[in-house]
Amino acid sequence: MAAKPPYSHRDPMLKKRDDFEDILEERRNSSDLRYALKCYTPVVYKGVTPNAASLLKTTVLQSDQLHYVVDQLSKETGVAADVIQEEASAILEEMAHRQQLSTVRFFAFTLSKAFKALFRSIHVNEEGIQRLQQAIQEHPVVLLPSHRSYMDFLLMSYILYTYDLVLPVIAAGMDFMGMKFVGEMLRMSGAFFIRRSFGGDKLYWTVFSEYVKTMLRNGMAPVEFFLEGTRSRTSKSLTPKLGLLNIVMDPFFKGEVFDVSLVPVSISYERILEETLYARELLGVPKPKESTSGLFKARKVLSEDYGSIHVYFGQPVSVRSLAQGKVNRCHFNLMPRHIPRRPSDETQCFVNDSAYSLVRAQEENMVLKPWVLLASLLLQNQSQGLLLDELTEQAVWLRGLSREYGAFLNWPDHMAPSEVVSSSLSLHRDLVKISGGRVQLALGGQGPRQPCSSPITEEELMNQAVVVLSCTSYRNQALHVFLRPALLASAIHIATSAKKEEVYNSFSFLRNMLSNEFILCPGATLQDFEEACYLLGKTGALQMSQQEMQVTDSGQKTVNFLTAMLDPFLQGYQVVCRYLCEEATEALTEKQFIPAIRTFIVRLILAGSLRYYELLSSDLQKNALAALLRLGAIRKIKVADNVTLKVNRLMVNSLEDTLGGKLPTQKAVAARL
Amino acid sequence: AGPTEIMKWNGWGYSDSRFLFNKKGQAEFTGKRYRLSGMILPSLKDWFEGTFGASLQHKSPATVSAIYIYFFNAVQPPTLNEAFVEDLKSVGIPFSHDAEDRVFRAHGHCLHEIFALREGKVGRVPDLVVWPNCHNDVVKIVELACKHSVCLIPYGGGTSVSSALECPPEETRSIVSLDTSQMNRILWIDEKNLTAHVEAGIIGQDLERLLNENGYCTGHEPDSMEFSSLGGWVATRASGMKKNIYGNIEDLVVHIKMVTPRGVIEKSCLGPRMSTGPDIHHFIMGSEGTLGVVTEVTMKIRPMPEYQKYGSVVFPNFEQGVACLREVARQRCAPASIRLMDNEQFQFGHALKPQVSSIFTSFLDGLKKFYITKFKGFDPHHLCVATLLFEGNREKVLQHEKQVYDIAAKFGGLAAGEDNGQRGYMLTFVIAYLRDLGMDYYVIGESFETSVPWDRVLDICRNVKERIIRECKERGVQFPPLSTCRVTQTYDAGACVYFYFAFNYRGLSDPVHVYERVEHAAREEILANGGSLSHHHGVGKLRKEWMRETLSNVGMGMLKSVKDYVDPNNIFGNRNLL
Repeated sequence: MAAKPPYSHRDPMLKKRDDFEDILEERRNSSDLRYALKCYTPVVYKGVTPNAASLLKTTVLQSDQLHYVVDQLSKETGVAADVIQEEASAILEEMAHRQQLSTVRFFAFTLSKAFKALFRSIHVNEEGIQRLQQAIQEHPVVLLPSHRSYMDFLLMSYILYTYDLVLPVIAAGMDFMGMKFVGEMLRMSGAFFIRRSFGGDKLYWTVFSEYVKTMLRNGMAPVEFFLEGTRSRTSKSLTPKLGLLNIVMDPFFKGEVFDVSLVPVSISYERILEETLYARELLGVPKPKESTSGLFKARKVLSEDYGSIHVYFGQPVSVRSLAQGKVNRCHFNLMPRHIPRRPSDETQCFVNDSAYSLVRAQEENMVLKPWVLLASLLLQNQSQGLLLDELTEQAVWLRGLSREYGAFLNWPDHMAPSEVVSSSLSLHRDLVKISGGRVQLALGGQGPRQPCSSPITEEELMNQAVVVLSCTSYRNQALHVFLRPALLASAIHIATSAKKEEVYNSFSFLRNMLSNEFILCPGATLQDFEEACYLLGKTGALQMSQQEMQVTDSGQKTVNFLTAMLDPFLQGYQVVCRYLCEEATEALTEKQFIPAIRTFIVRLILAGSLRYYELLSSDLQKNALAALLRLGAIRKIKVADNVTLKVNRLMVNSLEDTLGGKLPTQKAVAARL
Repeated sequence: AGPTEIMKWNGWGYSDSRFLFNKKGQAEFTGKRYRLSGMILPSLKDWFEGTFGASLQHKSPATVSAIYIYFFNAVQPPTLNEAFVEDLKSVGIPFSHDAEDRVFRAHGHCLHEIFALREGKVGRVPDLVVWPNCHNDVVKIVELACKHSVCLIPYGGGTSVSSALECPPEETRSIVSLDTSQMNRILWIDEKNLTAHVEAGIIGQDLERLLNENGYCTGHEPDSMEFSSLGGWVATRASGMKKNIYGNIEDLVVHIKMVTPRGVIEKSCLGPRMSTGPDIHHFIMGSEGTLGVVTEVTMKIRPMPEYQKYGSVVFPNFEQGVACLREVARQRCAPASIRLMDNEQFQFGHALKPQVSSIFTSFLDGLKKFYITKFKGFDPHHLCVATLLFEGNREKVLQHEKQVYDIAAKFGGLAAGEDNGQRGYMLTFVIAYLRDLGMDYYVIGESFETSVPWDRVLDICRNVKERIIRECKERGVQFPPLSTCRVTQTYDAGACVYFYFAFNYRGLSDPVHVYERVEHAAREEILANGGSLSHHHGVGKLRKEWMRETLSNVGMGMLKSVKDYVDPNNIFGNRNLL
């Protein structure tokens, strides 16, 4: 296994990526039934002991780890140990998967039918599959797919079944359990269920982590979970959750296994099934409780065209290589390993860094469709739209730029650009309209308000925002490609001078400010800055001397595009700041924050003083709040049952001004952040 | 001075005993000293070629004969401290600066040391060898060394595997090897207290033989006992195979006399245990020649055992075997020796079976194999063997044996006969010869050991073996290495684990460097898995780099301050340990 880190910045154009195969093609040409009943004999981990699977629950219940915690709880609470042990047993019962081949075969059959109806193709990189097959035999494997849709884990299992690989065991949120029948079906296909929050529950935590570790130690099956914790509603990668990653790395730290292979998997959908559902959710239409009927209301969905899916199995990452020189395993020498302990700071830090680089590895291999570029362009030209020719021309330009930046772009080069553009537009016809040769977002009415035109209702506004947010979810797929150069472009824009140091300060400020919004590895500011400089320099957009950095004339277009890409976010954070300074009362609670800020933004948009509908996204609002909390500009204060937000107006104000370029990124501010 | 003719100068053990492949391509072991001597080992060739990808066609014999080194000035001329030599003459202590004598005492038996010798490469060697005859001679030598500022390196049996005997290349003073081999007498035996007072230069097998003549034994049997010395055991904290009955060296020693630059250190009485502050014996044991020369030792002796019985048990897999050893330790009923070989070593042991004399024996072997693999369903690629040695009075031995076999049965173990057990222990003594055979055919290897808590035994075995395989691959070794282990000692709280590792180095430009990097990685892996830096080989210079993390800063400081007090001018300048 390669010892190199999953992400390293070199010339991104030189990245080598595998070719894809369409697995639906064979399904269209041969019997699904025969496929579902095929002989399935996957290769297994060399260390796997026969009958291990049937012993899983007993092993967990009899583990030293669990016994220790049960005894401890019994001493603390006075409840008899066997009562607590019973409780543990119930937790395990609620959690455990019951994978059985017949259910898998059932899914293989029905999913074949559904996938063929929904998607044009499902592309998989077969070399990745081969690497995975190799990895499975050598070490316990953890599969880490990106999470954009409910489909994800069924799709994963479907692919592994297709390639005769051991089916994974998947950590799923308890909310699925609400869907009676489906929940059980999923369980029988290999899902196990964990409660969303069990922070303080030691017993739950122990059963859960022992369950996962036992599967891993014995190499029974790959363990699959979502680093991002939940589906990303915005198509941006989410800040990784560390709990499960910690658990799967632990057996390596403790020497219980020689190594663990982490395999990042990037699943890219040309059209997301939940597209408008997510947009509504972000706009505050409450999330429908996951129910069986809800999922199948999606019957209508079956008649639509959702384009293709690309699934890229990344290079397996060896935890051992990652941890080399970063984690001192001797840490565990002086205590029995079954006694639970908080991970050391060193370990925490390592797990966090690894999580970020794994999410970046996912991002890197996300396949971008031409539509993603079109959505980015159309969002930047919302008021006027673009002439079809203009759009095509700009898309071709952007295609070049994104490739320079290392995007994994799936642009059919054998087709004429105009054809590519029109076929993309037709797949997403719900989101665009073409009138008089002009392409615009399908906002209904006359499009976004001009300051002078007649007012619209809030309901109209929300309907338009659904379209805009759906569109941004496509643009967001490309954000990781442009993010670092865009931060630099914006930094140059707000910096008071062209001095490199000054620009770096602004860059660092923006990066810090937005690090809840995007995947920016902690502590990698300089590295990101250098990468951004390299990319902008390479495309000739930036000229750098020892001291200064200047945007070239020819680079103006690039820089404008990049700045415009980040602008909604900078505006959004400023609006949040403004709200907190001007409107928020002392009694503002955490719960009230989102509705209140939403009302505030709606008011500004209706008044014509704000043009970005995407600021209505609760995701952005939450991220801004999290950033301000992290920076100490807001503090949470617990009053009775409520958490109120205490605003440091001075600081919030100065952050707002700095974001707007009105205030230089003073070193003082930068230092304090 | 004796041993240089009987012993190999660039390999292990006696000159007359070695493995070779005869003209028919069959392996045989020469000489008359061992049970295996003069025997043909029909399956060794296939095992050897199969395991290492080696071939009898590809030979890598030692490139120089002894003559080349000694007479063509490959060895640098000695840097003599004339005043010291003069004074030495005047007190009448024998010495030599012959190249042969000096080279012989310039190394232990680490792979890199032997490899270099075979290639005729000799680094810094002692400038002079002295042979004190008794404690007082040593006192004189140490006084003279202090007076004339020469560096002393004590030399016992020369079986070190920690680079402890290597002369520090940066040493500018004259280096004198202090060979204790002439101090080899048993001074008295006290039958009332069951102790013997012995000069520290005595070699293990001589000590045992002489005591046996009186009906006693020490029971201390390290694998190197044919060649290693009592003083060396004390200086390295040695451990013997039968420690379960007799104890390790620290349990056996009652009194130690050591000559240091500050004078002689010893306790005032022979009390069996004392509460007089930290035990000063523990500054001496494991000091690896950095503080002085151990000259005389009073140690416990025991009446010779009335009855000895070997035994062996086959387990379906290594996990079961370890679980059994753990249970035996828990019940504190370990026989004199109990060792568990993993599957690779079991196969290796098989390859060393001599030609069977009769069809009947081979038929019996076949039956046994059939019973174990077919009838009992043991997978020949997973099964492993424990060898046992019981000692004591006959009745108790038989009772003890039953107890151990009953425990073994609970872990799926099947008794596999005395013969297998006995051969297992015999192999201990010949295995070191086998490395020389390997080196004739591009195969190099070594063993190293650790001690580890019980709950980590399986993990450390798996991880270290795997690490070795992986490191070899990453460092360009063209053939899969032999990476195997065995559990050789049991304790209440853990076990001693031995790793053997060897590989075919054809195609590598610097095999020793590769070897050293792999061993280094393996040691890191051991430490990361909760194993100790060493169970009984010691630290020497080979493992010095890990001492600080092993002992903590304060611990290092304590040892340093002892060294600074006892030997402020670093007369005992072998630079081991610290």
